[in-house]
Amino acid sequence: MKKRTLWKTIVALVISIIHILPFYIAITVAFKPKTNLSSRWLLPKVLNLDNFKMAIEKAHVLMAIKNSVIITSIAIACVMLIGAMAAYPLARNRTKLNRFILNLILAVMMVPPLSILVPLVKMMSDINGISTYWGIILVVTTFQLPMSIFLYTNFITTIPNSLDEAATIDGCSRFSIFYRIILPLLKPVTASVVILTGVFIWNDYQFSLYLLQSPSKRVVTLAVSTFFAQSSTNLGAASAAALIAILPIAALFIFLQKYFIRGMVDSAVKG
Amino acid sequence: MKQLLSNKNSINIMYLPALILFAVFVIYPFTSGIRISFTNWNGFSQSFSYVGWDNFKYLFTDKNMLTSFINTLLYGFGSTILQQMLGLSYALLLNKAFRGRTLARMMIYLPVLIAPVIMGYMYYFFFQYNYGALNDILMLFGLDKLDWLANGNRAVGIVIAVNTIQFCGISMVLYLAGLQGIPTAYYEAANIDGASKFRQFTHVTLPLLMPSIVTSVTINLIGGLKLFDVIKALTNGGPGYASHSISTLIDYTYFKNQTAGYSSAMGILLFIFIVIVSLSLQLYFRKKEVEY
Repeated sequence: MKKRTLWKTIVALVISIIHILPFYIAITVAFKPKTNLSSRWLLPKVLNLDNFKMAIEKAHVLMAIKNSVIITSIAIACVMLIGAMAAYPLARNRTKLNRFILNLILAVMMVPPLSILVPLVKMMSDINGISTYWGIILVVTTFQLPMSIFLYTNFITTIPNSLDEAATIDGCSRFSIFYRIILPLLKPVTASVVILTGVFIWNDYQFSLYLLQSPSKRVVTLAVSTFFAQSSTNLGAASAAALIAILPIAALFIFLQKYFIRGMVDSAVKG
Repeated sequence: MKQLLSNKNSINIMYLPALILFAVFVIYPFTSGIRISFTNWNGFSQSFSYVGWDNFKYLFTDKNMLTSFINTLLYGFGSTILQQMLGLSYALLLNKAFRGRTLARMMIYLPVLIAPVIMGYMYYFFFQYNYGALNDILMLFGLDKLDWLANGNRAVGIVIAVNTIQFCGISMVLYLAGLQGIPTAYYEAANIDGASKFRQFTHVTLPLLMPSIVTSVTINLIGGLKLFDVIKALTNGGPGYASHSISTLIDYTYFKNQTAGYSSAMGILLFIFIVIVSLSLQLYFRKKEVEY
């Protein structure tokens, strides 16, 4: 039996290596000083941290992480709250109107951000929303809401209606049913909502690129991309910036792997 | 008031905040985008004039637009097909327990969580002309260095490959979930009937995986047709206009050429195109699902 799975182990190992090669190369580039022109396949003999210092000082990666944390956490909170609220009537009142609205909301998932780029940027600059936290937060919240509403609606549909009915008999209004009965039950699916929408918001580049033009408001994706564009002669520092930028999410994944995978599967189940 | 609160439909107000956000940040921009697409607005000045259908007419004669349209199809369908093949093979390999299975699943899924634009830059270390990791290998075998991203067709291929490798983890996870939902009794029955492993795959596994295939294809296809970040990082549309997708061309015509009106018209075309593709995809799969 052992022998029969050995080939699988070897194949799996090779595939794993192929998929993490870019990280390996980024590491060898980041830890070598600018003067070290040895092949990128070779590990550095001494760990040189100059590139990381430069990434923090010149690319302001830490500031970018701070901006990303602020934007992502507030946006996730909005996506959760507004999404759960919207999902409750959509799951419980399956009227024709509500079905239509649910389909409309799900259709927003398909809208390519770039297709409304010009008018969106124009509108945001008309209402002074460019380079503000609230501006980007409202936009990314809107574009992540469909996913959140989809997940919550699917989940609430699986909660037995008899719970609502029992609460009604006890004199609960429809609103307090949501607040007292439904909301506490949403914990497991909320983990999926947070992870799925959180990853998207943290990784957002398309909206941030246009809506966060001031350098002090740069998020991680912007900090890394501007730094790459500027430092074509010193890619080591750019690579270090990229590594710092992906570290938080990679670390989270390693510790919370199970939830990440479940989130992905949840998002694919049809309602 | 009380009567209003007990009315079944009163809870409908709970989706108002969401609808307001959609109205302000999706529907309003979309409608004003239609208006802008009939103008020659340059993106910042106060004055502009209406030019009728000129922008839309130009769409169909613009060579760059045609290239980007073809590229968008290649990015969308090319990576979708490759992702299904890789994702399904990975899922079949990693379905049953063996040493190293968890590690492989993790390593394949990890790139899915990395920002595509950062991933694109990390792959740039492979395809660079000087010191590029791939050219190092070529030189090791005594071959000439290759300027990987300098050739248009190759650049498109590289973008597809990078996008495929980064996101095939999604398909893998969906197919793994699908495989786990197939009762083993079906395979036992097929074994008794003397069906070969291959026939079991085509007659039991594939049909029962259909729901996973539908979701995976839909997610990958829409993602591929919207492709933007990786292209920005790897080629920025170059060489010339050779690897632009519609999305990156919209960005380019808006900020570099300052033809916001035209860019807006392109946005509307992209929107309509994606709607048509997803609707026909849904219709196609609905027909398929009835078949068995």
